[in-house]
Amino acid sequence: MARQRKGIEVSIAMADAVAQANVDVIAAYPITPQTHIVEHLSEIVANGELDAEYVPVESEHSAMSVCCGSSAVGARTFTSTSSQGLALMAEIFYIAASMRLPMVMALANRSLSGPLSIWNDHTDTMMVRDAGWIHVFVENGQECYDNVFCGYRISEDPSVMLPLAINLDGFILTHMIEPVIYEDNETIRKYLPEVRMKNALHPDNPVSMGCFAMPEIYTEAQMNREQGILNSYPTIIKAWKEWGDLTGRYYHPIETYRTEDAEYCIVTMGSYGETAMEVVDALREEGEKVGVVKIRLWRPFPFEDFRRAVEGKKSLIVVDRAISFGGPGGPVALELRSALYGRPNAPAIVNYVAGLAGRDVARSDFRKIILEGKAKASKGETEGFTLYGLRG
Amino acid sequence: MDKFSVFSSRLVEKSENFTSGHRACQGCAEALAVRHVMKALGRDTIVAMSTGCMEIISSPLPLTSWRVPWIHNAFENSAAVISGCESGMKAMMRKGKIPAKKINFVAMGGDGATADIGMGALSGALERGHNMVYICYDNEAYMNTGIQRSSSTHYGASTTTSPAGKASIGQRTQKKNMAQIAVAHNIPYVATACSSFPFDLMEKVKRAAETPGAAYVHVLSVCPTGWRIPTQDAIKYGRLAVDSCVFPLYEVIEGKYRLTYKPYKKIPLTEYLKGQGRFRHLTDKEIQLIQQKVDKDYERILRLSEEEE
Repeated sequence: MARQRKGIEVSIAMADAVAQANVDVIAAYPITPQTHIVEHLSEIVANGELDAEYVPVESEHSAMSVCCGSSAVGARTFTSTSSQGLALMAEIFYIAASMRLPMVMALANRSLSGPLSIWNDHTDTMMVRDAGWIHVFVENGQECYDNVFCGYRISEDPSVMLPLAINLDGFILTHMIEPVIYEDNETIRKYLPEVRMKNALHPDNPVSMGCFAMPEIYTEAQMNREQGILNSYPTIIKAWKEWGDLTGRYYHPIETYRTEDAEYCIVTMGSYGETAMEVVDALREEGEKVGVVKIRLWRPFPFEDFRRAVEGKKSLIVVDRAISFGGPGGPVALELRSALYGRPNAPAIVNYVAGLAGRDVARSDFRKIILEGKAKASKGETEGFTLYGLRG
Repeated sequence: MDKFSVFSSRLVEKSENFTSGHRACQGCAEALAVRHVMKALGRDTIVAMSTGCMEIISSPLPLTSWRVPWIHNAFENSAAVISGCESGMKAMMRKGKIPAKKINFVAMGGDGATADIGMGALSGALERGHNMVYICYDNEAYMNTGIQRSSSTHYGASTTTSPAGKASIGQRTQKKNMAQIAVAHNIPYVATACSSFPFDLMEKVKRAAETPGAAYVHVLSVCPTGWRIPTQDAIKYGRLAVDSCVFPLYEVIEGKYRLTYKPYKKIPLTEYLKGQGRFRHLTDKEIQLIQQKVDKDYERILRLSEEEE
């Protein structure tokens, strides 16, 4: 494939990237809104354009189990799911990280039941926040495409060996037609060489994987996981830097827009970042000193990058897409509050939860959230969270 | 002549791929079955094992009893994990990423992992027809967690969650027939075997591994702890189970039944039941009723295998 710019559905672009990454095994179970990704992949395999095994499993639980098996023998492995599917595979999702099995998942974010809803928010991914996977959030089709390659590069790196989830907003991204630049296969091959996993399951080198641990060793095994994911940070930075050097598109754990002289910022994660940027442009015209902080790397959380990005700001308006019921608010705000706790002159944090189950958050809504949030911060109303757009 | 097999103990594989030093209970016939299965399979094998007795006793970090590549992932998914191993290897060999080699892909689980919690994953793997062998070691209850009933527990058995009492006979449901469920998937090879018949077991495992596509072997594995029998009697009770026809040994090749062991003289069921603590409470009348069921089931298998002759 030659380098080209295409107008294409994001799901299709993502599937094409997976094919260009020359994966060996794809195991997935259909669930909205992930379906277009796996449908297109099975088509690519059926047409002989990608030499891979497409394993049409009977459940998401088995999808992740198959992925664990194929990753354990050293095969490049891909899966995709959403919502209830993620909930069903959650048990094995944790095990995949604990066994240090590299793979990439396209996680088309969707709300969790109940009530049943197929639409987008971040309640599914927050459920597995602590599983030990690397979590990346993307904003548009190009980022989806690019991060498939970066994802494998990071996940399979011998110093990392962890599964990686690319979080993309269901429908808002998966079903959108956007311009996406496809890189040529030569560039991909150069960036993403085939790596043979050390200690993969093979009769020539028998190893035992997934042994059980007594209390004497479980604690140490958990610390090993913690160190493993923390140590992945420099590899992530390097992988994004090298991708940027090759393609001109650079990624960072925390990204900022017009924050240099901003007094306050709106903080987003996922596709809301682009809408927020537009609204900030408009508000700037009106003289508001506002910027956007976008969280791209959710796990491992880039504490230092985040603190640097918000240094000197008066307040942050954090838009969450999920609720921690009975807890302190949205999971992102919770994270940011603890990142800044006890720091001198830390910005005040006002938390909004918006856009649950795909309820539209338009530019006018962002404008309202930003201005209302700024007022709340100045009045010191920073406790808890506001469920934006709640009908009385 | 093809109905006869000649066994010679001298010809059995000498190397141990499932080694001693594991932590199974005294007299565990399931560990013995695993040992024989691993002799039959040889070194070019990848094993995916469900959580359960055999996993716990053989893999306490940092030790292992496995001389073959071995993976444990969770309780209910060994069939799916081995599907992934097989698919990954197949793709990589086809693409030239690794040299081609014949490898046996084998999933193993207990009766709980197979007949209860892992039923969906197993059915999916059999239906997809991966080149794999699934081996169920059936000791008729959740022995690892303390002898709780499973759907594979024999009718009338007293377990910790189907205790016999004034208002209950113990296990009130009939044993789920996993071999027949496997047959219903139209896979090329299904067999039943028992830890007390090692040659028969090893021959069936070899045949299962040589069969292209999915194969299923159901191994009745005597558990002295759970069955409440003396540890030195594990082999005896396996023989009694087969000789009383409560657990007939047969194989189903491409849908064709073959009884691989016909007891010279069918012994009464009571001889199998009477010495086991889990059946101690059964009355003669109840045993007679169970006997009728055993007779009926055995006649069916006999009929099916005779039809093929």
